[in-house]
Amino acid sequence: MMILRTLKRRPLHGYALVQHIKRTSHDLLQIEEGSLYPALQRLLREEFVKAEWGMSSTNRRVRIYKLTAAGAKHLEREVSSFERMLEGITRVLAPGES
Amino acid sequence: MSWLRQLFSRRQLYKDLSEEIQEHLEEKIEELVAGGMSRKEATAAARRAFGNVTLTEEDSRIVWRWPSVEDLLADVRYGLRALRHNPMFTAVALLTIAIGIGANTAVFSVVNSVLLKPLNYRNAEQLVSLHQIAPGAPGLADFENGLLLSPSMYFTYSEHNRTFQALGVWISNTASVTGLAEPEQLRVVEVSDGVLETLDVPPTVGRWLSQADQVPRGPERVMLSYGYWQRRFGGDRTAVGRKILVDARPREIVGVMPHGFRVLDTDFDLIVPTAFDRGKLILAGFGYHGIARLKTGAAIAQADADITRMLTIWMDSWTNGPGTNPHFYETWKITPMIRPLKREVIGNVSDVLWVVMGTIGLVMLVACANVTNLLLVRIAARQQELALRAALGAGWGRMVRGLLVESVMLGLMGGALGAAFAYAGVRLLLAIGPTNLPRLSEISLDARTLGLSVLLAVLSGLLLGLIPAMKYAGPRASLALRSEGRAASASRERHRARNTLVVSQVAMALVLLVSAGLMIRTFRALRTVDPGFTDPQHLQVMRISIPGALVAEPERVLRIQNEILEKLAATPGVKSAGLVSEMPMEGFDSDWDVIFAQDKTYPDNVMAPLYLYKYISPGFLQTAGTRLIAGREFTWSDVYGLRPVVMISENLAREIWGTPAAAIGKQLREFSSMPWHGVIGVIQDVRERGVQDKAPEIVYWPPMMEYLFGNKTADTVRTVTFVIRSERAGTEGFLNEVRQAVWSVNSNLPLASVQTMEKVYDKSVARTSFTLVMLGIAGAMALVLGIIGIYGVISYTVSQRKREIGIRLALGAQGGDVLQMVLKQGAKTVLVGVAIGIGAALALTRLMTNLLFGVTAHDPMTFAAVAALLILVALVACYIPARRAMLVDPNVALRYE
Repeated sequence: MMILRTLKRRPLHGYALVQHIKRTSHDLLQIEEGSLYPALQRLLREEFVKAEWGMSSTNRRVRIYKLTAAGAKHLEREVSSFERMLEGITRVLAPGES
Repeated sequence: MSWLRQLFSRRQLYKDLSEEIQEHLEEKIEELVAGGMSRKEATAAARRAFGNVTLTEEDSRIVWRWPSVEDLLADVRYGLRALRHNPMFTAVALLTIAIGIGANTAVFSVVNSVLLKPLNYRNAEQLVSLHQIAPGAPGLADFENGLLLSPSMYFTYSEHNRTFQALGVWISNTASVTGLAEPEQLRVVEVSDGVLETLDVPPTVGRWLSQADQVPRGPERVMLSYGYWQRRFGGDRTAVGRKILVDARPREIVGVMPHGFRVLDTDFDLIVPTAFDRGKLILAGFGYHGIARLKTGAAIAQADADITRMLTIWMDSWTNGPGTNPHFYETWKITPMIRPLKREVIGNVSDVLWVVMGTIGLVMLVACANVTNLLLVRIAARQQELALRAALGAGWGRMVRGLLVESVMLGLMGGALGAAFAYAGVRLLLAIGPTNLPRLSEISLDARTLGLSVLLAVLSGLLLGLIPAMKYAGPRASLALRSEGRAASASRERHRARNTLVVSQVAMALVLLVSAGLMIRTFRALRTVDPGFTDPQHLQVMRISIPGALVAEPERVLRIQNEILEKLAATPGVKSAGLVSEMPMEGFDSDWDVIFAQDKTYPDNVMAPLYLYKYISPGFLQTAGTRLIAGREFTWSDVYGLRPVVMISENLAREIWGTPAAAIGKQLREFSSMPWHGVIGVIQDVRERGVQDKAPEIVYWPPMMEYLFGNKTADTVRTVTFVIRSERAGTEGFLNEVRQAVWSVNSNLPLASVQTMEKVYDKSVARTSFTLVMLGIAGAMALVLGIIGIYGVISYTVSQRKREIGIRLALGAQGGDVLQMVLKQGAKTVLVGVAIGIGAALALTRLMTNLLFGVTAHDPMTFAAVAALLILVALVACYIPARRAMLVDPNVALRYE
């Protein structure tokens, strides 16, 4: 979900993706950089993202991942279901309302 | 489709992936270096941040695969490679499994077709045979068919029953058909109304015989078998309505039965109606097989009760003639024993088939044990490889699976090969199997049989792999890595599995060899029995029938038969010729009736014992080689002069008068209206129904006599077996001359069942010889496999203990001591196997009691001989590796360290 959300803003390559997620989460999410790749492969298989070889800003041959239409739809669904779940959790956790 | 593309583009995907990961690391390193780190530190840091590269790649790759299937495929590939690397092992293992599975499948296909599949009729489970016994009837106990039905019984049962949908009686017969081509002797089934309705198989062309066709002296009709229809009419549908001459009387063809239709297991050419003349029937005449179809839901016990009830009605409704008491049959204690038709068809062959099936099953187990042993040896050699894999982190579940996949693959490949063997095996079985095997034509490989071979393949594969897998791929496998190569001597525990296998192999081989030994003893016992004729390979037999429509007067019939005999005797190379109503073991339904002796008294004057009776011509005894014990035999003047003479078998003479000599001059008759016949000769006992059955008491009448069929006027037997003794018996040239001799007397006479007596004899012992051959093969296979097993284990142990033996020798042990030590180990294994085997054989051979003759199932001689043989052969198998152990050079063995 995080990957899809990031890619929705703009296409990125793997390293940039990791950097971006680290930065935006203010290092709250400590993930092993490697674990990104299996996740990316899964998204590729489901055809939620597309990958193309290209040049990065540092002039390096990289694979740039791009969100597909199916991916965008999936993201929406995921986000809305996540929000519903979050709302549910929040309500349960909210003290003394009922 | 995308998965297909994935499958093929996968290599590209993986390449992209690893490249991408490399780039990732590079980028990170450069960034860190730019931040002031040394390149070396940066590389380490980058890797640390990234995690395990290989694992990541693997995890990423997994995304593209079906993990379980692909792991399995990898195992299969690995297994195949392992098998290919060891072609000798693979070939031996495959062949062993294939022979095992092939033999089992072949035998099972016979068992399945003959014993398991329902009969080829609609709702065959409703079909029963109206079997009944009469324990109170003297003399009848010998007749294995029990008490057959009389025509009057048929009418009573058919009209008064409450439990049958349909019911009928039938009998097989022969008839000659003339006027179409050469005269032909055909197989005929005579059926009453109800037989076709019971079997319920619609005709291919035309209609069934109907009740109207059963009227005596009414229109004469006939049905054809499919085969005869094709042979004689070329499958022409207009054959229906035409007439053929059956026994010289015209009969109209009303229908054709479909291909493969049989009456029980009787193949036939024609079906004719019995056309009983109701007005003339009496109680007696028990000569017909009864079959019936039970009403839906009716049980056999109910049907038995129904028959019991109707027996009283039967005795109330009919009589045996004036002055007789119809209820005297109560003393016969006639008891219905209705049984499923399938059992009737199968007969006693089920014993043989199950014994053979069990035998082959045992061989399969021995074969599996052997292959397991091979696998164990192989896996012991691969132990370090396995330990290494375990050390590298392979889960033991995965390793067990790998080994099992390998052995199941072995099983499946063996199974495929086995199916091919089975196909050949069925052919072979049919070739060597008893020719009188019921349902022979139905035997084939079908889905069920092939299913069994697949099942066997998988099961044996799992079984094969399980023991080695559990033993070596277990959690403790890593220990092996440390200990391998250092073991000075075989640990006891390591050989337990293989010793157990050898013990069980020896035990199973012993069981099989004992069974085979018992069969050999049986066969030899059968061979020593005097069947009542001599030199059967030089006895030519053939059936000739002279129908009444062809030659009316009885005496003329006898003259023709006599003339044929003279012509035959004059044929070059013929020593003598004679005729008889039927030869022993020919398998025709026997005739029997009450026989009265003049000097004995019988209750009620009708209660005499039943005996078999036959008709023989002068010269028959000499031709057949049957000995005359006392008195003299018939002469032609006895026969033509209608003199009241009779001959009897030795056991009958002893039974009635004590000694053969005492019987001469005594008087006999069949029924009260018949004049007394004087006994002029006593004949040796003849094994009428095969050497395995005891010789029945027999009365021999002359071939022409008054009251032959109850009528006062003289009559003759029109269908007889001609017997010719000649060195040339069975040769084609001889048969031609015989045919010419017969046709020179009357060219309208067909010859049937032309064969040598040796064939007849062989057929009668076919069951025994078939079982013997099968058990012999199985026993030999088990012996060879068992010996290989013992040899393998001992020589493997010796090679493992080389260093230990070297040390022993170096420390001063003598070669003889070493030899003794190794032999002792082998002997212990073998003796345990033999002991277990004897126990198992004692329990199992009891199952084959029915197949034995002249030897008990626990024959101590056979047991002792087989045990001795097995021990001896096994010790030789041990001796070879033991000698090798003795010759171990201590220097070489120790330097090897």
